[in-house]
Amino acid sequence: MATETTTRAKVRWGLLDVIVVVFALVPVLWIASLSFKTPATLTDGKFIPRQWTLDNYRTIFDTDQFVRALVNSIGIALIATLVAVVLGAMAAYAISRLDFPGKQLLVGVSLLIAMFPQVSLVSPLFEIERQLGLFDTWPGLILPYITFALPLAIYTLSAFFKQIPWDLEKAAKMDGATQAQAFRRVIAPLAAPGLFTTAILVFIFCWNDFLFAISLTSTERSRTVPVALSFFTGESQFEDPTGAICAAAVMITIPIILFVLFFQRRIVSGLTSGAVKG
Amino acid sequence: MADIVLDKVSKRFPDGTVAVQDVDLEIADGEFVILVGPSGCGKSTTLNMIAGLEDISSGELRIAGQRVNDKAPRDRDIAMVFQSYALYPNMTVRENMAFPLRLAKMDKDAINEKVDEAAKVLELTALLDRKPANLSGGQRQRVAMGRAIVRQPKAFLMDEPLSNLDAKLRVQMRTVVSRLQKQLGTTTVYVTHDQTEAMTLGDRVVIMRGGAVQQVGRPQELYDHPGNLFVAGFIGSPSMNFLHAAMEDGKLRTALGDVPIGERIRRQLEAGDAPRELILGVRPEHFEDAELVDEDTRRRGMEFEAPVDIVESMGSDKYVYFTVEGERASAAELEELAADAGAADFTGAGSSLVTRLSAESPVAEGQNRRVWFNLEKIHLFDPANGRNLTLHEGRAAGALAD
Repeated sequence: MATETTTRAKVRWGLLDVIVVVFALVPVLWIASLSFKTPATLTDGKFIPRQWTLDNYRTIFDTDQFVRALVNSIGIALIATLVAVVLGAMAAYAISRLDFPGKQLLVGVSLLIAMFPQVSLVSPLFEIERQLGLFDTWPGLILPYITFALPLAIYTLSAFFKQIPWDLEKAAKMDGATQAQAFRRVIAPLAAPGLFTTAILVFIFCWNDFLFAISLTSTERSRTVPVALSFFTGESQFEDPTGAICAAAVMITIPIILFVLFFQRRIVSGLTSGAVKG
Repeated sequence: MADIVLDKVSKRFPDGTVAVQDVDLEIADGEFVILVGPSGCGKSTTLNMIAGLEDISSGELRIAGQRVNDKAPRDRDIAMVFQSYALYPNMTVRENMAFPLRLAKMDKDAINEKVDEAAKVLELTALLDRKPANLSGGQRQRVAMGRAIVRQPKAFLMDEPLSNLDAKLRVQMRTVVSRLQKQLGTTTVYVTHDQTEAMTLGDRVVIMRGGAVQQVGRPQELYDHPGNLFVAGFIGSPSMNFLHAAMEDGKLRTALGDVPIGERIRRQLEAGDAPRELILGVRPEHFEDAELVDEDTRRRGMEFEAPVDIVESMGSDKYVYFTVEGERASAAELEELAADAGAADFTGAGSSLVTRLSAESPVAEGQNRRVWFNLEKIHLFDPANGRNLTLHEGRAAGALAD
């Protein structure tokens, strides 16, 4: 009886999962399929290309434009992620462990930043960056990315830090560790899943951003992939760049997938089990 | 190894609550001192102040003659065992125990040697490569102890280290702790809320209540000569019986009959500000079945008759519960003790009396029984301030003393 219900439940859940996955993946697969089609068959509406071609991929890698943008994207996103996670970890640690004046204010303000509509900040940022000479540079994008990723990082990380028993830190101090050593050798290794989760979220945020990237860049010097994509044109104005855009879209999805897969293996749950009690 | 001195140490929290008030305590080198009291009495805060995990609001703390108020925990050279064990889950048992040595920048061979040595003492050798998650509660507790002893600190601090173990293991570990401390001869401060642990482990016991020290002394001394109502009620299991007593016509009227009093107590009670109402305290073992008392002993006490409520035969002796009529003894201390035992709302009619009688006593439930009790061993307390009135120069002399 019990097994029957569980198999039925399994089937039901399985079906539901399939529907969700299909719903989410069809557009992605469609783009992948388009990227393998020749210009002639592009609009035939078939899911599986009749004529396979890698021309679209050749096109995007032939143009310096795309490769440059890819380098920019990777560099900017990685640096912003690193800085945001390190700063965020320190801030989150302070928030979860210490009682300092203005703590609530800090948390509130960081929430406010996360809620602030980014589009309203674009024009002021544009002006500020032009004055400071940051316009169309890597730091010109990294700085706003850090600003907007930090609240996210602080929130995720302080949740993780709160889960770590405080006794561990006290024990480390009694064992002769300084505050910094206690953090680095005891707390940080235990918060590793949180650090990786946060890193993934921040990286995706930076990687996918279009708004800042299009407003604060003007040349290949710092243009990121999502923006470069929008500047794609065909050989002539009569040629449709859809195939190339799709190929580029597939190409920029791959780093994200790799990034997630790479870090997912490090997100081991239950890392803190065995620390306290029995 | 070192002595630890607390000189008027106090802890006030920013919100104004006083957790520890003017604690004076001198712990000799190599001594095993227990801080005991109900939850919220300030014992853990005191321990954390000695450890350096909590700031000292006022007063001075000296370890080995040196003022350490402003020193970080790492500079005090003391080790601590936590109630939660606080093992590092990402490290193996060996790494856990080696952690303090690695922080002290000791070289690898010396570390291994010391860890192996400590593991042998605590029988952890077979577990050195396991992670804490794969250990039982008792094993984790031993690893926590191992981490403390491995670097031979000036002192050990233990914060209820056995309270997470089951009853049988706790008794076993108690002897391990005791033996270890004697073997190493390291000054140890041990916090517990369990009076049995306090009585069995310590060279000296410090009883705390509401942030203040009530009495300090050897376990037997505290048991025989409690300075006040709180200490009397806290130490001993089953705990002391408390009965309401009123001073009338030179005698004490109690539920057990009129208790005669000696010259010294009378003088004390005839003073102008002396209380008219008192609390009489008798330990369970100072009762005996009247049939089994010889003539000589009988003269030192008095007898009463009461209905037997419940008989618990322990084999070696019998715990017999009587119900006695009369007013219930009431004092702030007694209510606090009842609340700590979780029995605050558990009140029957009249008073219940716990006695420990000889196993030979033919007592049976439901019948009336004559019971004798020793007047030389009774205590009289002032309900207003809890003071033990029978105490003379630190010794309890009973009610009959002249």
